[in-house]
Amino acid sequence: MNVVIIDYGSGNLRSVAKAFERAAGEFGLTVAVTADARALSDASHVVLPGVGAFADCKRGLEALPGMAEALEKTVLDDGKPFLGICVGMQLMASVGREHGRHRGLGWIAGEVVPLKPSDTGLKIPHMGWNELFFSSAHPVFDGLREGAHAYFVHSYAFVCEESAHRLATVDYGGPVTAAIGRDNMIGTQFHPEKSQATGLRLIGNFLGWKC
Amino acid sequence: MTVRVIPRLEIKGPNLVKGIHFEGLRVLGKPEVFARHYYEEGADELIYIDAVASLYGRNSILGIVERTASETFVPLTVAGGLRTLDDIRQVLRAGADKVALNTAAVKNPRLISEAAHKFGSSTIVVSIEAIRLGKGRYEAYTDFGRESTGVDAIEWAARAVELGAGELLVTSIDRDGGGKGFDIGLTRKIAEAVPVPVIAGGGGGAMEDVAEVIGEGAADAVSIASLLHYHLIRTLPVDDEAFDAEGNIEFLRRRGGNKNIADCGLGVLKKFLAGKGFDVRPAEGS
Repeated sequence: MNVVIIDYGSGNLRSVAKAFERAAGEFGLTVAVTADARALSDASHVVLPGVGAFADCKRGLEALPGMAEALEKTVLDDGKPFLGICVGMQLMASVGREHGRHRGLGWIAGEVVPLKPSDTGLKIPHMGWNELFFSSAHPVFDGLREGAHAYFVHSYAFVCEESAHRLATVDYGGPVTAAIGRDNMIGTQFHPEKSQATGLRLIGNFLGWKC
Repeated sequence: MTVRVIPRLEIKGPNLVKGIHFEGLRVLGKPEVFARHYYEEGADELIYIDAVASLYGRNSILGIVERTASETFVPLTVAGGLRTLDDIRQVLRAGADKVALNTAAVKNPRLISEAAHKFGSSTIVVSIEAIRLGKGRYEAYTDFGRESTGVDAIEWAARAVELGAGELLVTSIDRDGGGKGFDIGLTRKIAEAVPVPVIAGGGGGAMEDVAEVIGEGAADAVSIASLLHYHLIRTLPVDDEAFDAEGNIEFLRRRGGNKNIADCGLGVLKKFLAGKGFDVRPAEGS
């Protein structure tokens, strides 16, 4: 079985792949980086990375023949564990409001809106290491301590319609969504592949997740 | 939000090197070995600079990036000799998370906007290497500090951000490697002129200098070379396997330090900064 990382032209794809390769062996899994929708039929886990603008990433994903349908089947129908990272997480929203109004995958009700920290001295993008605060226990957060540092780079943030879908927050001039999820899907605004021990632990938890 | 401490590794061929004012490059060891060590000590990111790529147009750094990206899981920025979107794509494909552009961006500023559009602003760092002209004025240089441009460094910084740079790496060439402290004026002027994060570099000779550029210089992050490298070559067992016998290795054989640099380990530096009241990420190991 394969951990399938979807290649739709996103920036640091290879860097994501290397972090998953490090963790996958332990679970007897291999990592496939692919743009081929057919690869999802053999997927044990699906990872949607993402660096760039919401609309560009959505277009990139839609440009892959059959990918949108294959993703829906694998994640929504078959219930395979899914992880969206950064813009890959934001794409799970109903709507993205970066450079216009764009439809997302609509898996988690909510909108992706510009970060507006109450403290105007804070820079945009929110870039660097910041502390995670968990709203609820989740198997993918197993072993991570409250206040663990993770690496963030973003100018837009996910606002959930249902608070139960917001699994973790980070403080950046007010609480900002750091992780979302429901059922077999989870999304992180931060980059687990760049978050050293905390990130590698999360990736390992995801690969071991029995959802 | 923590201030980021970022080891800066200048690379020539297969080796980690360090010069003074970007000149007289000495071989210090293998970049991968240093990168792994810094990663374990709690480096918040890593920066690789291909010191000669701009001069000779070669790109030997990809293998080093590939190996480093398999062993370290913090953001890795690669700079040096990147001229085209295709060059950037290659470095990202090798496992880098960000690229820093200088020479090619000064020659063709549209490269910044094209790259930001293609790979996302947060992937594109613009590296500004500057020399102080006096009276608070600074000039941007290209080609690893060799070519003057006539471009005002502060104005260029603002323009680079307008074009889509997600972050700036600001290095003082006249302070680089000298251990006399960062150029606080340069860092502060740029940090105040742009809305994006600024990484200060060039001149750190003691832990106090690092605290100063964060406090007085308003830097969001600090890139550090000599301070950390000289410490590591004094403390790490170095054998002949640790570097390739290319370039000036006499310095390394002597295990010399630098009398102007009060070198220190990364963990000690982070504890020092925390003690000064700065928010830093504690080392967690891996």
